[in-house]
Amino acid sequence: MGLATGALLLAACGTTGSGADGEVLVSAAASLTDAFSEMEAAFEAVNPETDVLLNSGGSSALREQILAGAPADVFASANMSNMDQVVAAGEVEGEPTIFARNRLDIAVPSGNPGGVTGLADFARDELLIGLCAEDIPCGDYGRQVLEKAHVIPAVDTDEPNVRALLSKIEAGELDAGIVYVTDVASTDGGVGGVRIPDDENVLADYPIASLANAPNADGAAAFVAFVLSDAGRSILADHGFALP
Amino acid sequence: MKKQVTSSDRRKRRPPLVLLILAALGLAVFVIPLLGLLARTPWRDLPTLLTGDVVLDALRVSVIASLGATAISAILGVPLAWVLARVEFPGRSIVRGLVVLPLVLPPVVGGAALLFALGRRGLIGEPLNKATGLVLPFSTWGVVVAATFVAMPFLVITVEGALRNLDARFEGAAATLGAGRWTVLRRVTLPMIGPSLAAGLALTWARALGEFGATITFAGNLQGRTQTLPLAVFVALESDRGAAVALSLVMVVISLTVLVVLRERWWRLI
Amino acid sequence: MTRSHGLDAHLLVSRREGFTLDVSLSIPSGRTVALLGPNGAGKSTVVATLAGLLPLDGGRITLDGRTLDDPGAGMLIPAEDRGIGVVFQDYVLFPHLTVVENVEFGLRSRKTPRRSAREQAIQWLGRFGLDDLADRRPRDLSGGQAQRVALTRALITEPSLLLLDEPLAALDATTRVALRRTLADHLKQFPGPRMVITHDPTEAFLLADQIHVIEDGIITQVGTPDDIRLRPRTAYIADLAGSNLVPGTAARGTVRTGSHELHIADTHITGPVLAAIHPRAIIIDRHQPDGSPRNTWEATVTRIEHYGDRVRLQTGDPLPLTAEITPDALADLQIREGSIVWISIKATEINVEAD
Repeated sequence: MGLATGALLLAACGTTGSGADGEVLVSAAASLTDAFSEMEAAFEAVNPETDVLLNSGGSSALREQILAGAPADVFASANMSNMDQVVAAGEVEGEPTIFARNRLDIAVPSGNPGGVTGLADFARDELLIGLCAEDIPCGDYGRQVLEKAHVIPAVDTDEPNVRALLSKIEAGELDAGIVYVTDVASTDGGVGGVRIPDDENVLADYPIASLANAPNADGAAAFVAFVLSDAGRSILADHGFALP
Repeated sequence: MKKQVTSSDRRKRRPPLVLLILAALGLAVFVIPLLGLLARTPWRDLPTLLTGDVVLDALRVSVIASLGATAISAILGVPLAWVLARVEFPGRSIVRGLVVLPLVLPPVVGGAALLFALGRRGLIGEPLNKATGLVLPFSTWGVVVAATFVAMPFLVITVEGALRNLDARFEGAAATLGAGRWTVLRRVTLPMIGPSLAAGLALTWARALGEFGATITFAGNLQGRTQTLPLAVFVALESDRGAAVALSLVMVVISLTVLVVLRERWWRLI
Repeated sequence: MTRSHGLDAHLLVSRREGFTLDVSLSIPSGRTVALLGPNGAGKSTVVATLAGLLPLDGGRITLDGRTLDDPGAGMLIPAEDRGIGVVFQDYVLFPHLTVVENVEFGLRSRKTPRRSAREQAIQWLGRFGLDDLADRRPRDLSGGQAQRVALTRALITEPSLLLLDEPLAALDATTRVALRRTLADHLKQFPGPRMVITHDPTEAFLLADQIHVIEDGIITQVGTPDDIRLRPRTAYIADLAGSNLVPGTAARGTVRTGSHELHIADTHITGPVLAAIHPRAIIIDRHQPDGSPRNTWEATVTRIEHYGDRVRLQTGDPLPLTAEITPDALADLQIREGSIVWISIKATEINVEAD
């Protein structure tokens, strides 16, 4: 694997003036924002003729964009469901690959003013509870987790993306929410995490794929290869993702 | 030799072609997106979609919030407009600038500001919460507050303009005839700015109805409590295109109806 | 009990960019005073202070013994409690109300019950011949009709003082002449003090018992119309009072006034008229002129007055007139008080208006 990756990397380095150059538009799930920003910088350092444009958003929104014909080169989703829909529409080049895994965490404001110790607290009416909207992966996973724990939550808001949810928790406007482990890490202490026991947790699979109608097919392939490379995996690990 | 101009030619003299072309393009700016919406409408599923609880809940929240915002804007906005138009005080132009601020501020920024001020940990929100237990975000009242913030400037500006344009002599004449200040306000000032006030209220209501950024940032998004029609559209766009279009159609129909009904007053103001 | 006192006012206003108003006025009940002056003289300020729309900086306003404004004593009665009827320039009729609603406004504002107010309003409209206009809107009225509605609206509240601000200025010439007489009659019927503010000297002469001339915020002359005309104190007054106004009867191109007959250009006009002759149109000479002027006679110079670069002569019988000549002409002709001169006036220089 390493050899092949290395060869690809070299190939990427060596080819100036051919396909990989130009812009590569990467549509990535919101929870990948921090990791992929670093990924972008690292990739551009190795491929100076290439400019990566990072398009972050809820996986469902990104899916809709691609299905509506938006010109993206790469799609990195936070769950299989969205990727499957894109594959079914014939928009994917080759097969998607799982490149990262994520777990869910309870996020609380620093200091944990609501005194949240576990998923059971999500049923407390007096707390202000936030979840991601049901149709986005983080919201779907969150509800799965609560169902596993047999908790009916007293939700006060369904935020349209995980960053919005996170910022409200960080500001103390919400007492608790369910986000990715990587999100808690990304706030650098702004948000506290309360661990969800493994038997109640779900593992989110993140697939990545080049798109069939990519304007820059070579660039797409190069970027995907980079993400799957040791360099890419190391960046993901730094940001708290689990690796397949 | 000059062409003979008949009398019917004189009457039907058409405006310059360039003007017509530009006007047509201008009209297209408004009409084309509407046509796109109508083209995507799932006409067969419409009845089911429109009676689903997502739509009905969103409609209820939107109507309550927009009407509430309009009422508050009127109750607080008319006196504010009166002071701005009639009372000379230092810093008046700064105050006027503040009133207009929500018009130029991105609504999300407005929502964030509201959160910093009135949120549970907000400047005023925190002591308010500690004293009364009141929490504005994530409640329907929060939606009203967000909508009022973005829409009230319309009312204040419209009414202030009308009051400025009102000849002060009418109020003077009423006073010499024996009318006290409240009578003057009730029987002369307000009736004379009536059309402008009505147009201002219509504009305010329309803005409040369409508000999105401030609402989602400050009040959050929960079906039946804080999910307005615009929010519902946004969420639906990610999962159920058909529902999103149906909701959009509802908004367009409501807005068009009200604005067309008020069109007489509207144009007389502008 | 008859209304006594009338209006007693000393108005001192010193706010606007250097402009100061310092005016004393006294109007007994049953008399009409005209405040005559050019635009910017302070006439509107006078109206505003009396009506209660502008507070005084100094002085005092008393009406029928009641103090309305006294800055020194800290007393200020607001406009709505003064009982002053004002007819504004341009009338200021409420555009969103009908004529009858305009007229009853004053009564309704004083809590008169709706039905009674409406009945009284209709009665008053009838008195002024306006009852068929009751349901019209102000914008559908002619200038003359609007003026009468405004007057009715002010009179119905039975005010203690009637203030008319340029009551005829907004009308065209024909309507103005027609309404002047009606207005004079209505004024006479009003029992209290009345003030007419105007820039038109003819209006002042015809409507008022006494004229106060205002220039640059102060009163420059007080007197009867004749005083003003014959003995003007300032150049402005001399100028506007300039016109000699001679009443008479017209017939076939002549105007008979007293014992004298003037030849005029208009051969059609008949009946009572006012003949106006501008002082500068009167030609003064030592010898009998020959040539065109049809109106020539000998008269004695009774008075000579100098106004900077002008000289005014007053002449005596058979028809006393004020003539204006240059100082050079005065010197050339060696005219002194008592000198006998020949007066000549062209028929075309005499303006005749039906009275």
